[in-house]
Amino acid sequence: MVTAEDVRKVAKLADVGIDDSEIAEFTRQCSGVLEYFEILDTLDQNQQLYRERYNILREDEVTPSLSQEESLQNAGQTEKGFFKAPRVM
Amino acid sequence: MAKILSFTPDDSVHAFLTTIPEVTYGEGPLSGVTVAVKDNISTKGIETTCASKILKGYIPPYDAHVVALLKDAGAAIVGKTNMDEFGMGTTTENSAFGPTLNPLDKNRVPGGSSGGSAAAVASGLCDVAIGSDTGGSIRCPAAFCGIVGLKPTYGRVSRYGLIAYANSLEQIGPMARDVKTLSRLYSVIAGHDPRDATTVNKPYSHEPSANIEGLKIGIVEEFFGEGVNPRVAEVVKEALATLESLGAVVKSYTMPSMKYALSAYYVTCTSEASSNLARFDGVRYGPGLDSAKSWHDAYSEQRKEGFGKEVRRRIILGTFSLAAGYYGRYYQKAQTARQMVRDDFERIFRDVDVIAGPTMPDIAFRLGEKSDPLQMYLADILTVPANLAGVPAISVPCGKIDSMPVGLQIIGKYFDDEKIIDTAFAFEQEGV
Repeated sequence: MVTAEDVRKVAKLADVGIDDSEIAEFTRQCSGVLEYFEILDTLDQNQQLYRERYNILREDEVTPSLSQEESLQNAGQTEKGFFKAPRVM
Repeated sequence: MAKILSFTPDDSVHAFLTTIPEVTYGEGPLSGVTVAVKDNISTKGIETTCASKILKGYIPPYDAHVVALLKDAGAAIVGKTNMDEFGMGTTTENSAFGPTLNPLDKNRVPGGSSGGSAAAVASGLCDVAIGSDTGGSIRCPAAFCGIVGLKPTYGRVSRYGLIAYANSLEQIGPMARDVKTLSRLYSVIAGHDPRDATTVNKPYSHEPSANIEGLKIGIVEEFFGEGVNPRVAEVVKEALATLESLGAVVKSYTMPSMKYALSAYYVTCTSEASSNLARFDGVRYGPGLDSAKSWHDAYSEQRKEGFGKEVRRRIILGTFSLAAGYYGRYYQKAQTARQMVRDDFERIFRDVDVIAGPTMPDIAFRLGEKSDPLQMYLADILTVPANLAGVPAISVPCGKIDSMPVGLQIIGKYFDDEKIIDTAFAFEQEGV
């Protein structure tokens, strides 16, 4: 179960924005899904995850990449060859 | 010598988001073959939106690896197809630009999320299509529209240029009206790509063979159990009898991990989505931000405006699953369940060559029929196991119920895509 407050908090963390008018619907739907996930609580948690994973790295050599113009071509706002983003402070 | 083809389809099912009226193509194994590409795969100079408002107007400055391979093979890329926004859905109703209709019954969905690709191929608007499959997004619409669709073994096709939703699950794959054509398309797109470190050097150059004498087929009881329309189960069992008549041997198994598979899938994919979709902040692409506002306010406003509800819901669920205090409860357990799914497959595959069952628990839904998210998610129960394990799976038409097609799903061992293609081919040759 999640509360309306949980949904509001998580929506804020994820920067997805949420309206008061949507809170009830999102809370009900997310609760339904998270309740379904509770089946995972019945798993034997003493099993070890044994899959090995490894990184595949290449030598740090310069390879072709996008030009500055190409990189900027889809930006909503640019200034002097840079992306323009909202202020942080 | 470049050739030109004119493409002006009568798209009454809304399969395409973008069409190319004059297509240039070259020489090669697919010379002049018309290919539709799902709109989450980058095409240089051609708008690529993932069926999301947040990417409206986005023109990729580069081609996805598969698109470059298609062009090199002489294929004519005729357009970009509709989909559930960012691949999140089972019906293509979650497109920001309106749903695609099922060509066989326009009151029904084509399946999703590669619904536009399936509908374009099924209605004959193009020869073949490229889709992506995170939890069934190629196989589901293939089943619902009566065509063939393959989710390759994870790592066999490069994801470079695929706009990521859930990296550890998704693969790009071919869709076609028959197995032989699908196989031809697959041979062009498979292979190693240094720009996708998860690809392996296993190119595909197989000619489908209909000889399945002695093939061992596993049947998983849970694939015919609760939630599966008994009429679908019946059609699929008839298909299995056909395969037996061709010399295959069928044996029954249980798969205890099926109980956890859907939860494991949705915890994993929403978690990965919450991270992947963080890049859509309106700075490098998107409509542009109000830079007078503070960071969080500007981002939240744009993402609320630009993402549909299902995308925001999945980002919220994924953020929740990964949040401090909940990680152990959801994400970690989902990985244990994911391992159980892999272990179950490996156990069964020690005995058999392929596993066969229904692709979807039902025939294509009516438009608007699945309005509750969880009800929609439950429809993915038979397709997600292959993504969780990374094994290959194909859907091939095997009959009809009320004039709507049913898909036979054939799942294979790691890197044994050839075997499931042969099995599908053998079945197809018998005609339905």
